[in-house]
Amino acid sequence: MTDNDYAVTLENLTRKFGDFTAVDDVSFSVNRGEIFGFLGANGAGKSTTIRMLCGILKPTSGRGIVGGVDISRTPEKVKSFIGYMSQKFSLYDDLTVEENLNFFAGIYGVKNRKDAVNRAIESAGLAGREKKMTGSLPVGWKQQLSLASAVMHNPDILFLDEPTSGVDPVSRRKFWETIRAKSDDGTTVFVTTHYMTEAEYCDRLSIMRAGKVIALGSPDELKRKNDRDTLEDVFVSLVQQTGDTR
Amino acid sequence: MSTVVRVQGLTKSFKEVQAVKGISFDVAKGEVFGLVGPDGAGKTTAMRILAAILAPDRGSAEILGMDTTSSREKIHDRIAYMSQRFGLYQDLTVEENIRFYADMYGVEKKQQESGIKKLLNWSSLTQFRKRPAGKLSGGMKQKLGLACALVHTPELLLLDEPTNGVDPVSRKEFWNLLYKLVDEGLTIIMTTAYLDEAERCHRLAFMNKGEITARGTPGEIVRLIPGGVYKFKSDNPFEESNLVSSKTGAVSTVFGSQVHVMGDVTEQDIQTTVGRSVQISKTQGSVEDAFVYLSETVYDR
Repeated sequence: MTDNDYAVTLENLTRKFGDFTAVDDVSFSVNRGEIFGFLGANGAGKSTTIRMLCGILKPTSGRGIVGGVDISRTPEKVKSFIGYMSQKFSLYDDLTVEENLNFFAGIYGVKNRKDAVNRAIESAGLAGREKKMTGSLPVGWKQQLSLASAVMHNPDILFLDEPTSGVDPVSRRKFWETIRAKSDDGTTVFVTTHYMTEAEYCDRLSIMRAGKVIALGSPDELKRKNDRDTLEDVFVSLVQQTGDTR
Repeated sequence: MSTVVRVQGLTKSFKEVQAVKGISFDVAKGEVFGLVGPDGAGKTTAMRILAAILAPDRGSAEILGMDTTSSREKIHDRIAYMSQRFGLYQDLTVEENIRFYADMYGVEKKQQESGIKKLLNWSSLTQFRKRPAGKLSGGMKQKLGLACALVHTPELLLLDEPTNGVDPVSRKEFWNLLYKLVDEGLTIIMTTAYLDEAERCHRLAFMNKGEITARGTPGEIVRLIPGGVYKFKSDNPFEESNLVSSKTGAVSTVFGSQVHVMGDVTEQDIQTTVGRSVQISKTQGSVEDAFVYLSETVYDR
């Protein structure tokens, strides 16, 4: 297979901050259209990896290919075909729902902006709430709006960094239904979460500890391989071996 | 058992929105009491009233026998409130943060040294005591937040979604720490959006649209799902879940590649609706199942 069969490929990807190695010689590939869960303890190196893959941070060594583009050589190119949503929901609280979407459509240079904004409102289930101030929305709706903003430009690859922190189970389920639909349409989804009930929704998972990937496979494979009934138990048993002392 | 918290007919509105609508409950000493419910259910508003930060429009909340409106300061001396955005000073060290809170709460200097030592030891932060709070991992920050909240040895601890964004190993440690405190007689009221955490509470109150619509032990809450939960594996779990709920009127949710079905429905109904031969198993369900069931039946019928 060539690099182009994968949406994302990491080859010995490494990032150091002084003498601290945040990401340590990591290699794996993510298939097109896959929902790939990226797990690990706080401080394991997940966010650093995502920031490199999004072309925000330069790797110290190794290679990262995202959508066929080398993230070290042309990081600016990466941004045109990826979407990024973080737990902080980069929305403007003092703009209305519609104004936020319009703003992101502008940033991404979306054509037929009005249509795109209307479609986004429809898909986020926010019809009738276009004129509401974003700051006054419940968390679940903010999350849908944040996702709609991140996909205004129909990205091929979507990076979600703890997208559901503090969102209730019913809203979370709706969110994952949207994500699954995106993946069925061919979008690759790269997602981090601390909640193992959510990790169950992923096609494949990797678990990071102290900068290295220590497990990779489907939820069922990981449970079988580690002889545990739940992902929570798998995670705890793998991560606890050294503890989180970095 | 003595009552630590007594809430009666508590009501609070913000402009035209009625956030809390006449809720009542008691919490006994040494209990871990969980307030759960969908976003916007009124949990945080209720917690802020209990913390004597916000005054109710009607009804009352008594903490350790004192009214939250008339005895605010006395209550603050004896409780701790840790919200999602607990104020740690990022450029102060672990030890300096705890000391700062000790001074703020007026803990006597003589008692500070032994108290801080005990808290560092209890939270396993002793080896990190010289590290600036801003350089700690998420799990350690959260433990430090808790240590700061406990510096004046409160009798009641109010936790508003304390574990958002914390990894499973750190969460497990956090709960072990909480249970140690409960063994020593601390009472805890917490809110959480994560139902695996709710299972660790002694009792739960389920809030929806400002009201408490169900209450009981986690086991009792689970038994509110009539007839248990049917489960089957699916390649298109969301599609089949929606199909089942729209055709049979049952409540259905998705857990990974599993579809869960609850309510007035039979195994045969499920088989017929999905139109393929599926292997269905039946279990009692979890608090998360009950949450979905309660969220979707009580009001959205």
